[in-house]
Amino acid sequence: MPAFTDLLFLAFAGLTLLFGFLCVANPLSRNPVTSAMFLVLTIVSLAGLYVLLHAFFLAAVQILVYAGAVMVLFLFVIMLLDLGEEDRRKLNRVALISGTAAVLGLAGVLVRALWSAKGAAATGATLVEGNTAPLGRILFQSYVLPFEILSILLLVALVGVILLSKKELK
Amino acid sequence: MLDQLISDPTAQFVAFSTLKILVVFGVLMTFVAYAVLVERKVSAFIQDRVGPNRAVPPLVLKIPVLGKLLQSMGIFQPMADGVKFFLKEDFTPSYVRKVYFWIAPAITVIPALMTIAVIPFGSKLGGQPMVIADLNVGILYTFGIVSLGVYGIVLAGWSSNSKYPFLGGIRSSAQMISYELAMGMSVVSLFLVTGDLNLSHIVEFQANHGWLILYQPVAFVIFLVSAFAETNRLPFDLPESESELVGGYHTEYSSMKFALFFMGEYANMIASAAMMVTLFFGGWSLPFFSEPAGTLLGGLFHIGIFLAKMIALVIVFIWVRWMLPRFRYDQLMDLGWRRFIPLALANIVVTALVLAALNH
Repeated sequence: MPAFTDLLFLAFAGLTLLFGFLCVANPLSRNPVTSAMFLVLTIVSLAGLYVLLHAFFLAAVQILVYAGAVMVLFLFVIMLLDLGEEDRRKLNRVALISGTAAVLGLAGVLVRALWSAKGAAATGATLVEGNTAPLGRILFQSYVLPFEILSILLLVALVGVILLSKKELK
Repeated sequence: MLDQLISDPTAQFVAFSTLKILVVFGVLMTFVAYAVLVERKVSAFIQDRVGPNRAVPPLVLKIPVLGKLLQSMGIFQPMADGVKFFLKEDFTPSYVRKVYFWIAPAITVIPALMTIAVIPFGSKLGGQPMVIADLNVGILYTFGIVSLGVYGIVLAGWSSNSKYPFLGGIRSSAQMISYELAMGMSVVSLFLVTGDLNLSHIVEFQANHGWLILYQPVAFVIFLVSAFAETNRLPFDLPESESELVGGYHTEYSSMKFALFFMGEYANMIASAAMMVTLFFGGWSLPFFSEPAGTLLGGLFHIGIFLAKMIALVIVFIWVRWMLPRFRYDQLMDLGWRRFIPLALANIVVTALVLAALNH
């Protein structure tokens, strides 16, 4: 039933946009916890979109890592610092201009990519996702160097945190 | 029209799935209610008491022998408890953050119920596989949903807007994230052995090759202890330790909202027992009875085996609660980060080396 998946796509896409909007520009509440919770909902709806693309692994990892771990730590920090309501700030002109430029640039890149892919529809016929075995094979055979470099990046961050949180160094 | 609908595979799938969800939900809620009774009876036995033996509806005592027996077993106690929770005053303190205070109990219960969806609780019943969602990434789904469970407790602690619940909420988030890591790493070695993430396939593997606890006893110990920490059960119930934090994250809650936290804890306990049965104790299979059932009776028997194993593990959970004292917070963190995570990593490396040696 293609119509049903289309409906689901519209629902999840709409929810992602709505929650994303409420995360950054909620008209009803300026509470940072509310923003964080809407970011969680955005992440969960994005995972729904991944499921519709049959990328089950990506969906599960998205929820597990972002919604389940990263955002909990965000909440943790917001609550521990006891941040109050954010003030409604006047728009900063520099931030406005640079933000608009960044959004337009990204949109331009995306539109170009979509435009160039339009003629060559359904080229990526190999649907490797869904099953984790092919994904693992690709990750550890074709892309093993970038993968390991990313792990080292994380390790560097980890060591950095330990260094910063140590009170005195000998 | 109706004939068409009945023969349509999509409609069939929807109908059977709905039926399975309703039945599993009903059974799970009954188990939650009676797990509380078992908890009270086991604690009474361990402390040399009698436990609940008074609640009885009118007229039941008229039944000779059986009525009296049911009363002394406390069979009607969960119903009395349920009625009590519904009739108590639902009090919302004036200083709480209302919206989060109201949704936090629901956020605690929903993930606990959703984890059941991927667990194969039987082989086949009338040609239908006895699992609600047979996902390729089964176990990852479970970990994802379990990791969302922490929000309910954190939000409850924060929205109560008072000291003790807040400390409970903070403790729980640190504790649950830490033990999720150990738990996740402990199951990696299982997948090295089976070569599959799908829980139904893992049960089939165990039906053919023997239970995974025989291959991976270390992983089982790590998983079991982490499950205690994840469900906030003694000896790791620091988020609600009543001698330090009054009641922890649910101090300000009353009536049915409190009951939802309570149900969430028991549903989590049952879900993790079911997960352990699936991962380590062969699911619905017995060593001498491992063929997927062809008949209706065989299918029911497999479900019975699964439930029996699950109940045995739930009783282990309950028994431990009344046997061990509570850990100190630094001891808990030490155990999680400095003992279990290195142990789980070592277990993965050793398993991989042994498997590589066997394959050559």
